[in-house]
Amino acid sequence: MVLVLALGDLHVPHRAADLPAKFKSMLVPGKIQHIICTGNLCIKEVHDYLKTICSDLHITRGEYDEETRYPETKTLTIGQFKLGLCHGHQVVPWGDLDSLAMLQRQLDVDILVTGHTHQFTAYKHEGGVVINPGSATGCAQQHHLRCQPEFCPHGH
Amino acid sequence: MLLNGAEDEDKWLAEGIASVQHNAFYMHRALDSNNLREALKYSAQLLSELRTSKLSPHKYYDLYMRAFDELKRLEMFFKDDSKHGVSIVDLYELVQHAGNILPRLYLLCTVGSVYIKSKEAPAKDVLKDLVEMCRAVQHPIRGLFLRSYLAQVSRDKLLDIGSGYEGDADTVMDAVEFVLQNFTEMNKLWVRMQHQGPARVREKREKERNELRDLVGKNLHVLSQIEGVDLEMYKDNVLPRVLEQVVNCKDELAQYYLMDCIIQVFPDEYHLQTLEPLLGACPQLQLTVDIKTVLSQLMDRLSNYAASNPDVLPEFLQVEAFGKLSNAIGKVIEAQVDMPIVGVITLYVSLLTFTLRVHPDRLDYVDQVLGACVEQLSSKPKLEDSRATKQVVALLSAPLEKYNDIVTALTLSNYPRVMDHLDNGTNKVMAMVIIQSIMKNTTCISTADKVEVLFKLIKGLIKDLDGTAQDELDEEDFKEEQNSVACLIHMLYNDDPEEMLKIICTVKKHIMIGGATRLPFTIPPLVFSALRLVRRLQSQDGVIAGEEVHATPKKIFQILSETIEVLSSVPSPELALRLYLHCAEAANDCDVEPVAYELFTQAFILYEEEIAHSKAQVTAIHLIIGTLQRMKVFGVENRDTLTHKATGYSAKLLKKPDQCRAVYACSHLFWVDDPDGIKDGERVLLCLKRALRIANAAQQMANIAWGSSGPVILFVEILNKYLYFFEKGNPQITTSAIQSLVELISNEMPSDSTTPDPAARVFFASTLRYIEFQKQKGGVMGEKYGVIKV
Repeated sequence: MVLVLALGDLHVPHRAADLPAKFKSMLVPGKIQHIICTGNLCIKEVHDYLKTICSDLHITRGEYDEETRYPETKTLTIGQFKLGLCHGHQVVPWGDLDSLAMLQRQLDVDILVTGHTHQFTAYKHEGGVVINPGSATGCAQQHHLRCQPEFCPHGH
Repeated sequence: MLLNGAEDEDKWLAEGIASVQHNAFYMHRALDSNNLREALKYSAQLLSELRTSKLSPHKYYDLYMRAFDELKRLEMFFKDDSKHGVSIVDLYELVQHAGNILPRLYLLCTVGSVYIKSKEAPAKDVLKDLVEMCRAVQHPIRGLFLRSYLAQVSRDKLLDIGSGYEGDADTVMDAVEFVLQNFTEMNKLWVRMQHQGPARVREKREKERNELRDLVGKNLHVLSQIEGVDLEMYKDNVLPRVLEQVVNCKDELAQYYLMDCIIQVFPDEYHLQTLEPLLGACPQLQLTVDIKTVLSQLMDRLSNYAASNPDVLPEFLQVEAFGKLSNAIGKVIEAQVDMPIVGVITLYVSLLTFTLRVHPDRLDYVDQVLGACVEQLSSKPKLEDSRATKQVVALLSAPLEKYNDIVTALTLSNYPRVMDHLDNGTNKVMAMVIIQSIMKNTTCISTADKVEVLFKLIKGLIKDLDGTAQDELDEEDFKEEQNSVACLIHMLYNDDPEEMLKIICTVKKHIMIGGATRLPFTIPPLVFSALRLVRRLQSQDGVIAGEEVHATPKKIFQILSETIEVLSSVPSPELALRLYLHCAEAANDCDVEPVAYELFTQAFILYEEEIAHSKAQVTAIHLIIGTLQRMKVFGVENRDTLTHKATGYSAKLLKKPDQCRAVYACSHLFWVDDPDGIKDGERVLLCLKRALRIANAAQQMANIAWGSSGPVILFVEILNKYLYFFEKGNPQITTSAIQSLVELISNEMPSDSTTPDPAARVFFASTLRYIEFQKQKGGVMGEKYGVIKV
C-alpha cells in the first residue's frame, strides 16, 4: 500500500508555533512515500522538516509562502491516479466545489487537492474527487490519505 | 648530569638493575640453602642500589619495584623460623647490623612487619619504632620510597588492628597515629623535593614531583580503609591533623592534590558532617591553588549523595550545607583576589547545580546564588572572555533545565540582572535558549506581567542593542531568531479576554520598537493572536457588556489596524494587504460594517499605491476578490463601491490573460450561491462578456505580434464559467450562448495535433466530456443540457 500524506496551510510561524506534537510523532521517516502539500508552510524550516519525512515532496504556492519558486499548480501521477495540486486562493469562490471542479477539468486529474479554507473536506463528484486536507496546525484537521481503489475511484 | 640526562639515566638504571639482579641471584641461593647470614648480606647489597641520587623519580620507581619483589621473597623467608632458626626478636636486632642506613631500614621494615604479625611485641611499639627510625633518611626521593615501603608492608596489619577486633579503641588510635605520622613525614619530604636542584629545571621537577603524589595520598587511602575510623574519630583526630598538614605545607601542588584526595577517599556522610573545618581550610590555602575545582568536586559529590539517598536530605538542612558552601565560596573569592572571573562564575555554577539537585524547592536559594554572582559581575566590566560567558549561559540555563518551566525562572529577581552582564551576542544566545525552553515544554505564559518580564529577558532579539551594527548580523541567524520570536508569541495566552488583551498590548508595545527588519516577522503572529481573541469574543457575543469591559472586537480591530499600518510603512505592503483582508473578514463575521469597510479601504489604498509588481498584483487581486466575495456585512452602497473598484483593478492588470481571469472571477461578486446571497444575473453576464472581449483582444494581439493564434485556453475557461452560472440558474446565461462558445472554440482549436497549446486541447476535451456527462445524467440538469450539441 502506498501511503500519501496530504497537508497544507501550516502557517508556521504566523498562526502556529509548530505542527502538533501528536501529528509529528506519527510522521516517522520512511513510512510515507509521497507528500503533497497545498502551500502556506510558510518558512523554509517547515519545508526542510517535511523533506526529512519523505523526499518525494510536492508543493504548490500559498499566498504566505516566502519561497517564490513553488508553482501555482502541479500535476503528478501516483499509482494509477492522476493528482492535481493547487493552493486554492486563485479559485474564487474559495472552496466552492463547482469552481474547483472546473480546475480539475483544466488539470485533467482524477483527484484534486486544494487548501486555503482550512476546512477538511473530501467530495466525490462526477469527474472524480476533490480533497481539502484542512490546516495541519489548525485543529487536528490533518488527514492521511490512503490510496486505495475504493477510496479514490478512477474517474475516466 | 642534567645536560645529557635521559641517556645517562638509562645507563645508570641499567647498571642498577644489573646489580640488583646479580645480588638477587646470590640471595636466592642463600635463601634456598637456609643461609640467613648470606641472605642478609646480599639483600643489603641489593638494597644499597636504592641509595642512588642519579635517577629521576620515574626511573627510581622502576628500580624500587625490582627491589620490592625481592623483598617479598625475603619476607616469606623471615616468616618461617624453621628455615633460619632465629627468633623474630633476634632477627629484629640482627638486621640492624647492616652497614648502610637505607638497606638497614628496608630490612628492618620487612622484619618489623613479620614481628607485628607474630604478636611477640605490641604492634604499637614496633610501628612507633619503625616510623621514628625512618626519619634517618631525609633525602626526599629515597625517604618517600622507604616510607612508601613501610606503608605498604604494614597496610594489612594496620587494617587488622584498626578494625578494633584485635584490641581496643587505643590500638585503633595507634594505627591511625602511625599512618598520620607517616603521612606527615612523607608530605614534608614531598614538599621539600621542589627545593632540590637548580631553579631552571623547576618545571620538569614539578612534573616529576606530581608523579609521586600517589605515594603520599596512599596514606589517606589507608586511613579511609581502617574500619575503626568512624565519624567521630575522623572529625576529632584524622581531619584536623590532615588539614593542619595541608595548610601548613604552603605548597600549591600538595594542597590541591591533598584537598582533592580528602574529598575523594573519605565517605560523603563524613564530608557533610565536617563541612566547617573542611571549607574553613579553603581560604587558607595558597592563592594559586585551584580551589574552584576542589569545591566543585565536593559539591558534585554531595549532590550525588543527596540524589542517591533521599533520606539524608534532613541532614543537609540540619548542617546548613547550602549556607556553609555559599559562605565558603564568598570567602574563597575574597581571599583569591586574582581569581579570573571565569573561575568565580564556575564556582557559582557548581553551587547552583548543587542547590538545584539538593534543594529544588528552594527558589530563594537559587535566587541567592544568582544574586551573589551578580554582585561579583557588577564589579567587573562587561564580560568579554568567551569561557566566562559560556559559564554564565550555563548558570542561566541550569534553572530552565531543572524546572522545565520559564515561569519559575521569571520569578527569580536576579535572573534578568545576570543577563544584563552578558555581551550582546551571548544575550541573544541566552534569549534563544529561553525561547527554546518555552517551546520544548509548551509552556504557556498567561499574564501580561510575566510577558513583560519575558520580553525584557529576550530584548536582545526584540530590538537593536547598543553597539550592534545591522550589517554584522548573519541573515540566516537573524531569520531564525525572528521566527523563534514569532513562535513565542503563540505561547502567550490567557483564556480571560481582558488579560489576553493586556498580553496583546504588552507584546505590541515591545515588538513595535523592533524596526523595519523585524516587524514583518513579528507582526503577523500578533495579528493572528489578536484575531483569535476576536473570534472568541464573537462566539460568546452578548454575554458580557458591562462598562468595564475593554476587550471588545471594536477595540481590538483598532489595535489591529494601527499595527498593520506600521507594517505597510516598513514597507511590507503585500503582507499588510493580506492581514487587512483577514481582519476585514473577521469584521464581517463580527457584523461591524464600518470597520470592515475601513479595512478594505486600507487594503485598496495599499494595492493602488504600494503594490507595483505585476505578479504581486495578480495574487493581491485574487485575494481581494476572494475575500470580497465572502463579505455579507456590506449594504448595497458600500458593496457597490468596493466591487466596482475591484473590477476596475482587474481590468487594469498588465497581462491580458491575467485581466481576463480576474474579470471572470469578479462575476462571482454578483452571484453568491446562498439563499440570501446577491444574485445579479445581468452583471454576471457583463463580467463574462467583458472577459470574452479581453480574450478576443489577447488573441488579436497575438496574431498581430507573432502571427500565431492566441491563448485559446481563456475561451475554455470562460466556457466553464458560463456552464457554472448556467447550472446555478442564472437566466442570463442561455444555451445558445454556450453553444456558440463551444463552436467558437472548436473552430479556433487547430484540427491537427501539432497545436502549440496541448493544455487547452485537454481542457476542452474534458469540458466536452463533462457536458456529455451532464446531458446523460437525466433529471432537471440533463434536461437543461439537452439542447446543447457537442
